Amino acid sequence: MATASDTHHTHDHHDHTPGFVARWFFSTNHKDIGILYLIFAVAAALVGVGLSLLMRLELASPGLQYFADGQAWNVAVTAHGVVMVFFVIMPALIGGFGNYFVPIMIGAPDMAFPRLNNISFWLLVPALILAVGSLFVGGAGTGWTLYPPLSNSTYQSGMGVDMALFALHLAGASSILGAANFITTIFNMRAPGMTLHKMPLFVWGMLVTAFLLLLSVPVLGGAITMLITDRNFGTAFFDPAGGGDPVLFQHLFWFFGHPEVYIMILPGFGIISHVLSTFSRKPIFGYLGMAYAMVAIGVVGFVVWAHHMFTSGISVDTRAYFMAATMVIAVPTGIKIFSWIATMWGGSIRFTTPMLFAIGFVFLFTVGGVSGVKLANASVDVILHNTYYVVAHFHYVLSLGAVFSIYAGFYYWIGKMSGKQYPEFWGQIHFWMTFIGVNLTFFPMHFLGAQGMPRRYPDYPDAFSGWNMVASVGAYISVASFVVFLYVCWRTFTSKEVAAANPWGEGATTLEWQVSSPPPFHTFDELPRIR
Amino acid sequence: MASSNMTVEADIPPPNKHPYHLVEPSPWPMVASLAAGMMLFGIILFAHNNVHWVFGVGLLGVLVSMFFWFRDVVREARTPGLHTPVVRLGLRYGMMLFIASEVMFFVAFFWAYFHFALYPEHVSGAAQAVWPPAGITTFDPFHLPLLNTLILLLSGTTVTWAHHALLAGDRKGMLQGLGLTVLLGLLFTFFQAVEYSEAPFAFSGGGVYPSVFFLATGFHGFHVIVGTIFLAVCWFRARAGQFTPQRHFGFEAAAWYWHFVDVVWLFLFVCVYVLGAGPTAH
Repeated sequence: MATASDTHHTHDHHDHTPGFVARWFFSTNHKDIGILYLIFAVAAALVGVGLSLLMRLELASPGLQYFADGQAWNVAVTAHGVVMVFFVIMPALIGGFGNYFVPIMIGAPDMAFPRLNNISFWLLVPALILAVGSLFVGGAGTGWTLYPPLSNSTYQSGMGVDMALFALHLAGASSILGAANFITTIFNMRAPGMTLHKMPLFVWGMLVTAFLLLLSVPVLGGAITMLITDRNFGTAFFDPAGGGDPVLFQHLFWFFGHPEVYIMILPGFGIISHVLSTFSRKPIFGYLGMAYAMVAIGVVGFVVWAHHMFTSGISVDTRAYFMAATMVIAVPTGIKIFSWIATMWGGSIRFTTPMLFAIGFVFLFTVGGVSGVKLANASVDVILHNTYYVVAHFHYVLSLGAVFSIYAGFYYWIGKMSGKQYPEFWGQIHFWMTFIGVNLTFFPMHFLGAQGMPRRYPDYPDAFSGWNMVASVGAYISVASFVVFLYVCWRTFTSKEVAAANPWGEGATTLEWQVSSPPPFHTFDELPRIR
Repeated sequence: MASSNMTVEADIPPPNKHPYHLVEPSPWPMVASLAAGMMLFGIILFAHNNVHWVFGVGLLGVLVSMFFWFRDVVREARTPGLHTPVVRLGLRYGMMLFIASEVMFFVAFFWAYFHFALYPEHVSGAAQAVWPPAGITTFDPFHLPLLNTLILLLSGTTVTWAHHALLAGDRKGMLQGLGLTVLLGLLFTFFQAVEYSEAPFAFSGGGVYPSVFFLATGFHGFHVIVGTIFLAVCWFRARAGQFTPQRHFGFEAAAWYWHFVDVVWLFLFVCVYVLGAGPTAH
């Protein structure tokens, strides 16, 4: 025993940081990989935001301004969706914050499989290259849902669609491996005393997310494999000419696609819980209810997929089931919303930038959730399907909900990650510009949708021009707010102000606030003990 | 939140006293990713421009990085103090979760099969709603498919023989059982190749039945090949004396994977071959 501990003392484990190439390209460190993911997400966001700016420029007034034709428009819509979902939101929330903070929050020195962690990141690089590269060879004008027959070789025979499909294969492999890694880490590497019922809510959110990824992404893999063979190798899964059925693709896609929307929001739920609790200086209201509400959302999220297909010719009984099951999800979601409000209730609230984004999240997610309950009604959805009402709905939960949770996490944790604190003034400017911009963009889309404006058209009748102009002005403000965000990043990283281990005071109770900012390379050389 | 009453105690004696394996930096994840991207882009170039070499180089890159990556894992497993009991438990979690995701991959193809087989009215353009579609002749399930079923079931028993021999410290029995399993896996693949060569329907342009049949059984066959390689690697490791009755997770993972492949085949045999049988060709 004595010799064993002697050898431990001989080499210094504390500052064992590899050289530049080994550290950033061959990394096996969860914090470094998390930072790579965040940089990747910001880079991809430049593409995604650029495309949305292009689209809102086009839609600012009737007639075709910038786009050559409908195919070019569809390509932009698709690339925007794919980039935002797979290369911005998921890498930022799961790869970025998940990687960085799950091990720290459970008191582990790293992820369970550090090399697997690194391949999860690096697979996204060729995936993004394929996705963006497809834009230069005709692109994929399919929508992110990739429905045949539009995605068949009959209608789009070029390489663009295949490149987008293989990009999804790579991103999917990345997600599956990451999911197995997170589940193993959370089940196997919690510090002594960190029982599941003491686990921070962000870790709970990541655990449920990882299960959703593990079980839903392979089904997408199967579906796009069939689509690839249909397109290139003469099979007929989705081709009626060979006896196939395009509706089969819709089932397979949405069996993945619906869990996917919870994948994008559950880590955000966790972040919001931490931020609201910290800046209300109160423990989260109904901790266990909050945790199991996420589990319930995850479980029920697997059995509601066909509510995306109410107009695809499914039987009335099927519609009745999927309508009822979908509305059930409003219950655990309601538990979360009301528990967040109860957390703030009577708290000693500080309106810092992360808190502003968190409160903004609760408001915006509620709007998106309520329009979701309306859309869940099969009979109502027959009217609203494929209109801008749906676009408004899912942008309220994603581009406002998920993105606000990313910003809340960024401002909450950037001091911890970089060791430098963000400028509060510019952070708040960023919040208000974003909040006004996105609401101005997406709220009028409810009106446009209710009036019957269909999605995925670059042009529209003059009657819709008023609210479209408003939405475009909102988008310009939102894009400007993204520039402000980049300025905030620059100011933060060049700041001389060193972040304290815990800049937020006694409201911040999780383990990451017990270690220095930034934390040591492997955070815990000895395991913390949780009481 | 319950975490509010968490405190950190700094009273654990020696530094770095945790049971986890902190892996050294490795180039293989990055190399494998870029090679995988090249391989998939190579498939596109093959399909659209009939260019082969990009796929080949990508595939080679993937295989090479897999080889070195797994070599590193084996080396670490044999380095004392790295694969502690808790790390080995983590590897078990990892393998189980990987197999769970593989199951969901096959769910997609079984979903496609049942979509058409249970509801043949979904098959467009058919004169009458029947499965298999009119005009399709299928394999006699009690010919080669039954033989292959028996081969895989037998291989399930031989791999268990190997496991028991390993637990009893009987290296010769272990090598015999495992070697037999590998041979049975190769035999299955051989018969599958024979079956494909005699198929009474064409993969390309043959309609929905061959599409489902070949992709479902084809991906299964690919997994059989992967499992066979996995078991063969374990055979060489066993011969080199790398497994002990106490520590042999590499072999157990291969056995789990093999049983998973076996179960998928049983579902394929019962659902696709037997219940989905039409007029037989042979």
